Amino acid sequence: MASDLTSLTLAAARDGLARGDFSSVELTGAFNAAIEAANPSLNAYVVTTPDQALEMAAASDARRKAGTAGPLEGIPLGIKDLFCTKGVRTTACSAILGEFKPPYESTVTSHLWRDGAVMLGKLNMDEFAMGSSNETSAFGPVTNPWRRGGGDNAALTPGGSSGGSAAAVAADLCLGATATDTGGSIRQPASLTATVGIKPTYGRCSRWGIVAFASSLDQAGPIAKTVTDSAILLGSMCGHDPKDSTSLDIPVPDFAAAVSRGVKGLRIGVPQEYRVDNMPAEIEKLWADGIAWLKDAGAQIVDVSLPHTKYALPAYYIVAPAEASSNLARYDGMRYGARVEADSLTGTYEGTRAAGFGKEVQRRILIGTYVLSAGYYDAYYLRAQKVRARIADDFRKAWEQCDALLTPTAPSAAFAIGERMADPIQMYLNDVFTVTANLAGLPGISVPAALDSQGLPLGLQVIGRALDEETVFAVAGAIEAQAGFTARAARWW
Amino acid sequence: MAVDATTVRKVARLARIHIPDDRLEPMAGELNGILAWIEMLNEVDVEGVEPMTSAVETRLPLRPDVVSDGGKAEDITLNAPRSADGFFIVPKVVE
Repeated sequence: MASDLTSLTLAAARDGLARGDFSSVELTGAFNAAIEAANPSLNAYVVTTPDQALEMAAASDARRKAGTAGPLEGIPLGIKDLFCTKGVRTTACSAILGEFKPPYESTVTSHLWRDGAVMLGKLNMDEFAMGSSNETSAFGPVTNPWRRGGGDNAALTPGGSSGGSAAAVAADLCLGATATDTGGSIRQPASLTATVGIKPTYGRCSRWGIVAFASSLDQAGPIAKTVTDSAILLGSMCGHDPKDSTSLDIPVPDFAAAVSRGVKGLRIGVPQEYRVDNMPAEIEKLWADGIAWLKDAGAQIVDVSLPHTKYALPAYYIVAPAEASSNLARYDGMRYGARVEADSLTGTYEGTRAAGFGKEVQRRILIGTYVLSAGYYDAYYLRAQKVRARIADDFRKAWEQCDALLTPTAPSAAFAIGERMADPIQMYLNDVFTVTANLAGLPGISVPAALDSQGLPLGLQVIGRALDEETVFAVAGAIEAQAGFTARAARWW
Repeated sequence: MAVDATTVRKVARLARIHIPDDRLEPMAGELNGILAWIEMLNEVDVEGVEPMTSAVETRLPLRPDVVSDGGKAEDITLNAPRSADGFFIVPKVVE
């Protein structure tokens, strides 16, 4: 019974709850049990809140009885540890936040509870969302539920930074999860775990109450089991919030209705610059299959050029660290988190931040501080923001020829824990296909599409025009239908 | 624009992160690796390009200049390493 309930899609669970096949308390209890059994192996959750979950579920069942069920009534979700949750430890998986318990709730999570959802706990992630493998978490890495075939039991990463969210969804430890994406942190882990992840247009989701990394790039979105599930979740997460001045005051479309719209007559752009050197043949094939599927479904394929693509990652590694160095200045050990006392104020600051921040976070703060320091601002930050304008302009020109773009999500399948930690730039290259959408503020989704020869999942990415998530969902829905991808991670945990 | 140990020490001081002496050289190496890669941006012609500031054309909203929240000293000091009576206790700042 328990495993039957946890393996449902969000949409199916919603229907089951509505029909009265099971209660939210039963559903939530099944997830609590699944998490307790699996988490020692996967390390996807850094905080579990089973009692609170059952209370929320009971309240949800009561609301349903009273006839006031919301769109996510009784649906158990996992929450990335970047979202502030009232009274529940939130640390962005950094030691510097210690045992921080926010006295407030993030806007995005408050929307989910408004719509009836149930919180199962907080999900592991790279420290301050800085990483592509979950290995920079202060709570240790997440293990990907997927393993290579042929008896190779090497522990693989689920990608990052939303690795806990992706692994929890892939292992049936929640019906869906919140995540955030600054350079690819929703889409890359979705690709590595055979889940669906969408980053909406910048400004769709309020950033209020989400621990800040790079404010001009950070955007929340869901990771879910299917395209429809991700559309249902995104619909609840979005919406205007006066507390975030970049939150867009525009209506939220019915995303779920767009999923089955079809792609007949749509023009799908294939950007030649995404054919990077040394691209594995399997990724090439996946991309070609995706093109063929969309053609089959009635779309027209057009070759487009995004000439500044190769400058996106270097521009990102100026803009993101610069903004991070500013945002993370608040962690001084005075108002929250762990303080390391020294005999001077500066010594206290320096000791606190040296002890509290991990290696990658320190590296990015130093890069950011350097590129913003006197005499270098124009050469680095200002130039990067101009290159960013060029990249956004590439997309604007592409939209004259096409309605959405199709690319691979990540340059490789899941890799082993420890395999890529030595060279930061090698790790940064994980985001080569995803980071452009962040720089231009565009919506992007990753859809599971195939298994590679080792039996590991690979995703395809669809990028759309600003505010045109509906077309993105329509194309993703068509890929999902055509790919017929049904593989699941074989349970070993 | 290669970075040396002295520059790392200076930047680390600006960022208020203590870097032990034996980490200055290795950190300079790591930063130089990243900075050398970033140099690629010098190839891009950005003459006359306005720096990007937002993804969707929008105007910063204004709100009435009134107090909308407050009176939460206890909440705000809840997570402080040291606090008393709704105040943060901090090290001596002025000698």
